[in-house]
Amino acid sequence: MQWDIVIGLEIHVQLATKTKIFSGSSTAYGAEPNTQANAVDLAMPGTLPVPNEQAFRYAVMFGLAVNAEIERRSVFERKNYFYPDLPKGYQTTQLERPIVGPGYVDIDLSNGESKRVRIHHAHLEEDAGKSLHEDFHGMTGVDLNRAGTPLIEVVTEPDMTNADEAVAFAKKLHSIVTSLGICDGDMSQGSMRFDVNISLKPKGEDELGTRTETKNLNSFRFMEQAIAHEVERQMDILEDGGSIVQETRLYNGDRDESRSMRTKEEANDYRYFPCPDLLPVEIDDSFIDEARNSLPELPDARKARFMEQYGLNDYDANLLASDSKLAAFFEAAAERGKDAKLASNWVQGEFSARLNAEEKSVAESPISGEQLGDLVVRIADNTISSAGAKKVFEALWTGENDNVDAIIDSQGLKQVSDTGALEAMVDEVLADMPDQVAQYQNEEDPKKRKKMLGGFMGPLMKASKGQGNPKLFNEILVKKLGG
Amino acid sequence: MSISREDIGKVAVLARIRVDEEQVSALEKDLGNILDLVDQLGAADTDSVEPMAHPLNAVQKLRSDEVTETNERERFQAIAPATENGLYLVPRVIE
Repeated sequence: MQWDIVIGLEIHVQLATKTKIFSGSSTAYGAEPNTQANAVDLAMPGTLPVPNEQAFRYAVMFGLAVNAEIERRSVFERKNYFYPDLPKGYQTTQLERPIVGPGYVDIDLSNGESKRVRIHHAHLEEDAGKSLHEDFHGMTGVDLNRAGTPLIEVVTEPDMTNADEAVAFAKKLHSIVTSLGICDGDMSQGSMRFDVNISLKPKGEDELGTRTETKNLNSFRFMEQAIAHEVERQMDILEDGGSIVQETRLYNGDRDESRSMRTKEEANDYRYFPCPDLLPVEIDDSFIDEARNSLPELPDARKARFMEQYGLNDYDANLLASDSKLAAFFEAAAERGKDAKLASNWVQGEFSARLNAEEKSVAESPISGEQLGDLVVRIADNTISSAGAKKVFEALWTGENDNVDAIIDSQGLKQVSDTGALEAMVDEVLADMPDQVAQYQNEEDPKKRKKMLGGFMGPLMKASKGQGNPKLFNEILVKKLGG
Repeated sequence: MSISREDIGKVAVLARIRVDEEQVSALEKDLGNILDLVDQLGAADTDSVEPMAHPLNAVQKLRSDEVTETNERERFQAIAPATENGLYLVPRVIE
């Protein structure tokens, strides 16, 4: 039997405010446990929440970026449940009147087509603390530094039909919130977390099947794997004549397995009601206009500009434009290097590979876009070969020296491009290798000839102490050897 | 009765309150009376009334995004039943 897959997403986006949504505690990541958890965050009796204006501004910016209606009057509700990392016994969230109404995001698919994914709404809420289940004499440790960190939860319509679309949407959303600067986008630190709702229905059928929700996926790869895993699980059940239980599941990416967390029958009854501690929040047109005026360039616009301004192709422009920090790095390198294509190659090649290998983000890069730009200048003007450029890159990266020209000098990487000097070296080397020269000249197959040419390059590079311009050597060789 | 014994059991679980069998009959009566009163309110025609989010007719003041709190962990943890390495310790929870 053939099945249609139906996927909807819920995405928690941690807002990059300095303080929490309802208190003046810092939200900086990595502090000692509970040093950023004050009386409000700990739900001490007698405390009252005061909402953070910046969280509203960020939510409005998000709404505008996804073409959504902004709710002028939004209301907070209490979602009641017991868990030790939620000291109040309820999460303050929005249900009936979320700040961001229906909107949409267009995603690029791998077949070159574009698809619109509708957003149902996005609401403001607070994050919970963290429970640590390592052994504390049979007890659980609770760190409440994260409790009260502002989140927007983005809820999509079930518009995606496979893992590729869901991942494309997730990446696009990541790109939008990081470009807006409202989220640092660091998934390894939980800045964005995805819940995936999946159901299957017989191909062409209108009525939706029973869905499951797989919670808290914190990487694009895990999300893709979890969807594949859950689709297969549901398909197996349905094809064996079984039925799907509506439930929440947890996916273990390291083991590629999932288990049920809770079924609908035992689902929490959250007993939502309007939070009496908070008045309705009203936002006026000037607040929205200000947010609109502060919107930075968004990924779609940036991609179009990269194609226009730097002459990049669709693929390169898309890749560089989707990450605002990478885009800024590329632009710095391209402006300084005066060769956008070369800068693009180095940013996507050596630079990205090195970041990946060391699991660093662009922000953590030891080298700047300007430094890479200086390197691009010296590659473009033939001062150094690509092998030399890699050595310079290495020295920049390890911090051995921060100046490109100084590295070229100190490591003697300058290519000799003086044709006279190079010709003399070629003459010398050819004179030392009469057998190979004869062999070359007797060879008729151009492919084999080309290969034999390489045999002269080693001695030439040795003769020039690695500083001969290989391109020029090649040209001179071909000329001297008679084609 | 407006509330069943089963519902009372469920609410008690959600509220983490232990309710003995003999208490259920009394609760059935008391909670039932409260719900009957709410039902009476429900009879009023409110079609033209905007739902009230808060009894005060005012809007929320917002705060600027500046850190105003300092680390007072020592003070808060002094009254906690159990702490270790800066963490609050609670009976083991497994999800």
